[in-house]
Amino acid sequence: MSHIWTMIAKRLALGVVTLFVVSLIIFLGTELLPGDFAQEILGQAATPETVAALREQLGLNDPMHVRYANWLGDILQGDLGESLANGQSVSDLIGRRLGNTLALAGYAAAIAVPLSLMLGILAALFRNSVFDRAANASALTSISFPEFFVAYILIFFLAGAGGMFPSMSNFRPDADFADFLYRAFLPALTLTLVVTAHMMRMTRAAIINLLASPYIEMARLKGMSPMRIIVRHALPNALAPIINVIALNLAYLITGVVVVEVVFVYPGLGQLMVDSVAARDMPVVQGVALVFAAAYVLLNLTADVLATLSNPRLVHRR
Amino acid sequence: MKRPYGHMNVRRRTVLKGTAALGAAALVTPWGTPLRAQPTQGGTLRVAISTGGTTDSLDPGSWDSEFMNFQAHTRNGYLTEIGADGSLVPELAESWEASADASVWTFRIREGVQFHSGHVLTGEDVVASINHHRGADNTSAAAPIVADIADITADGMTVTVTLSAGNADFPFVMSDYHLPILPAQADGTIDPATTDGCGPFVMNNIEFGVRADYTRHDGYWKPGLPYFDAVEQVLIFDNAARQNALISGEVDYIDSADLNTVHLLERAPGINVLSITGTQHYGLPMDTRAAPFSDVNVRQALKYAINREQLVDTILNGYGSVGNDHPIGPGQRYFNAELEQKTFDPDRVAFHLREAGLSELTVDLNIADAAFAGAVDAAVLYAESAAAAGVTINVVREPNDGYWSNVWMQKPFVGTYWGGRPTEDWMFATAYAEGVPWNESYWSNERFNALLVSARSELDEDIRREQYFEMQEIVANEGGTIIPMFAAYVGAYSDALAHPEQVASNWRNDGHRIGERWWFA
Amino acid sequence: MGFLTGLFWLFATIAAALAAGWLFRAAAIAASPQGLAREFRTMPLTASFGLLMILIYILVAIFAPALAPFSETEIVGREYMPWDAVHLLGTDNLGRDMLSRLIYGARNTVGIAFATTALAFVAGSVLGLLAAVVGGWLDQLLSRAVDVLMAIPALIFALLLLTIVGTSILNMILVIALIDSTRVYRLARAVAMNIVVMDYVEAAKLRGEGTWRLITREILPNAMAPLVAEFGLRFCFVFLTISALSFLGLGIQPPTADWGSMVRDNATLISFGDITPLLPAGAIALLTVSVNFVVDWQLHRASGLKE
Repeated sequence: MSHIWTMIAKRLALGVVTLFVVSLIIFLGTELLPGDFAQEILGQAATPETVAALREQLGLNDPMHVRYANWLGDILQGDLGESLANGQSVSDLIGRRLGNTLALAGYAAAIAVPLSLMLGILAALFRNSVFDRAANASALTSISFPEFFVAYILIFFLAGAGGMFPSMSNFRPDADFADFLYRAFLPALTLTLVVTAHMMRMTRAAIINLLASPYIEMARLKGMSPMRIIVRHALPNALAPIINVIALNLAYLITGVVVVEVVFVYPGLGQLMVDSVAARDMPVVQGVALVFAAAYVLLNLTADVLATLSNPRLVHRR
Repeated sequence: MKRPYGHMNVRRRTVLKGTAALGAAALVTPWGTPLRAQPTQGGTLRVAISTGGTTDSLDPGSWDSEFMNFQAHTRNGYLTEIGADGSLVPELAESWEASADASVWTFRIREGVQFHSGHVLTGEDVVASINHHRGADNTSAAAPIVADIADITADGMTVTVTLSAGNADFPFVMSDYHLPILPAQADGTIDPATTDGCGPFVMNNIEFGVRADYTRHDGYWKPGLPYFDAVEQVLIFDNAARQNALISGEVDYIDSADLNTVHLLERAPGINVLSITGTQHYGLPMDTRAAPFSDVNVRQALKYAINREQLVDTILNGYGSVGNDHPIGPGQRYFNAELEQKTFDPDRVAFHLREAGLSELTVDLNIADAAFAGAVDAAVLYAESAAAAGVTINVVREPNDGYWSNVWMQKPFVGTYWGGRPTEDWMFATAYAEGVPWNESYWSNERFNALLVSARSELDEDIRREQYFEMQEIVANEGGTIIPMFAAYVGAYSDALAHPEQVASNWRNDGHRIGERWWFA
Repeated sequence: MGFLTGLFWLFATIAAALAAGWLFRAAAIAASPQGLAREFRTMPLTASFGLLMILIYILVAIFAPALAPFSETEIVGREYMPWDAVHLLGTDNLGRDMLSRLIYGARNTVGIAFATTALAFVAGSVLGLLAAVVGGWLDQLLSRAVDVLMAIPALIFALLLLTIVGTSILNMILVIALIDSTRVYRLARAVAMNIVVMDYVEAAKLRGEGTWRLITREILPNAMAPLVAEFGLRFCFVFLTISALSFLGLGIQPPTADWGSMVRDNATLISFGDITPLLPAGAIALLTVSVNFVVDWQLHRASGLKE
């Protein structure tokens, strides 16, 4: 087991390096975008004088490496800085929205993960049956539609005039949990439809891939029930790729849902990131990118630890 | 700042054509909404706004989204106001007068106006508020429009403004949305991050890119106003989401409807579409310094190769009118109605190409939907009609992101939009005078520049009209910008809302003053 | 009543699809040489239907100019005309013939999606398997690089890269392939990691087999199933990425027809119950389902199950 702990420590250290490299890439990427903050925030209203004055005021005239070093120095002291656009503290800005983003991701995952595991196992069990085909075809159809389109369809049927659910989920800050579940239902359902197929198909494929193995054959010959074979013998060995896909999809639910946020007017981190990139508001862009990257690194690490634990051969690998 | 300014001194030109008798118990608009003569008090107005972002800021010098603009007029008061009929009316300034050469202006400030904080308005507040946009290295978007102010001083309830050059239209400038009157601090400046104001509603909270909430300002100086108890303002960026919010009753009013589907929205039960044509226009500026656009014949050929009617029908879904390659709207004071309307005309395209000594013409049009809604589609339509006239236009779709800094005024043939300006002089001086920062076609015409200066101080109406007529003709036939269409502001609201018979056209949202002017039926 | 009618049509469509699949299988068996015909006999009806659809898509893509009644870009009428005898599926938001755009869209969309997915798979799986087999510093280097790339949200990364390099079709293929290949890499490596610890791989190593032989002979065959399943999905994710990019204002250069952008252009109509945007979305869905039906069949064969 100590192997696991060393691995976690190593991976966390590597995670910090990853965050650093990500911040460097995002910084360079944003620098390479045409236009800088002064031009973008003044937009069509920019005159050479106001742009120059704004640059001077915000220190945008410093060379690139100086600005990056300043930012990095502040980060190391735990200071994410302030938005160039409106002077709000970046940690406040992110703090307010991170909760929303995690809540929605959690909501969707709470529906999607059990659902897709169950469907995947059943599809593997009844492989090539009508159930398998139907589950597959409908899951595939649901992911073939772009997210915003799924959202529009759900709104048309479930919201709209006299619908059951609100088409907009921007709840007031004082909303309680039940209200949240009600208002965020449609975005959560949209995300569920978007991620379920991927996880379900991976579960099915990973299990079926093992069904021809000699040890499964053995279990079958012993007269074990098919359900028991799959759950007790095939599933544990199929866990690694399944966990991986689940982790990827969870990371997606946290970092990749800007389109759903836009359609349902849900104040999450994605919209903050896109707005800030458009305005080249570097401290905010960097702050959100770090949060996204950290979420990814942690989920990834969890997935790898679980995958390792699920395979004794990996635990004892030297 | 190059954002929809409305026109002020002009006859309103809208789809409102109702002439119901005044004093009747219920007026009926063309949409069949009964308008109650007596507005009622109460209710919470829920408004969905289309543009804005998490990068908005409370600093008035940075306001440029519809979200902040709506906020500006809901929370704040201004020196002057553009009335629903388009005339300039006093707001925080009770009255004003000018010196004979229009270079010194004296404003008399209204007594007893209370800010939400309880602070009482004086001339000092006005001076502090205007000074926020002045001075060297000022980063305010309004800096260019107050640059002519040489000095501004307050003496109790009188504010005196000295201009570096005479400007008969100066009180118009004071209604600009960047110039709200905010309370002065002890050091004679305003706090740009304040949420105080002396407008009809008190701002309780604002989250940029998300929402703002207001309650009625009980000490508001306009008698009986506002009618609503509270206002909820949310940002809904996505067209479909905004329309869905209105249809499902989550909001009472949306500031802009998707022109692709507005005909379907109109049919939805309990929904009214409000379309107001003002001075907002879409254009395609050409860099007149760069070949082939430096040749006026090439520019004329390109102007005759565009099918304006088709663009108005398709891109605006009929909500607008054709443009004639100059920025003056058909409702404005000095609109030149005698100028021949350009139409799609392959023969004249061929003629001008021959004049230019060209056998064929191929140009790139760099455009993104950031230029105006439907810009890429408009460019595709243009390319199709131009192809029929023997001109090849390659539509190059640019990213929305960075469009204004990277493409507009950088590439030789691009797309643009203007909200227009309240006066002919303001519009021409902003984008067509030689060497000004927003002269998007880098155009320069001696005769035009001379007329512009002389018309500004011309007091004889007839001569002035003649001069503006000639300027429109010069811009239309020699200028570097194709202006194929004037676009209406198209919003929508639920049956529950009622509005005065006349709706302002200087901005979206009844001049952004829905909070103060509308009520629940 | 409406529900029953819907149910009737649903079953009628499924029956027709299965019938088409059956006919196609019979034809394929009859037309193929001995070896191939035996393969086709094992083909379930769903896979046969999928194969038929893929074939039709390919034919449509190749012969688009001959099949389309109008040109891809020509404006032939008013916007949003209803379905009639001339414009079988009506017109789009600019008045271009919808059917013709759909047909040309097959060419552009399928071509782009296939190129992107193939590129992502070759790069991702080769590197992933190599990392698992070789291990050590190569694994560390590749895995950390992929970690960094994956830690940046895909859509935002694509937005950033495409804004920098410009949105030509080639750039789009390269950028999406780069981003997708990191996902493929991760999966390939994860699957291979489980295989390299198997006894038969140890044995092969002891036999002194080279890395390349180890990958192609011992690991790839056993890692194939999850990879193939992933291919089926990645393929359709490309359409979705393009569509999402066009939602955010970056997309394929107009007036080129592609289904992802066509969904976006007409999407608001669905709010009013108009099914126009369902056509390009349906075209994507049908292809996705078809590809994955065939993938399922291959998956089943690869698993070695005999039932």
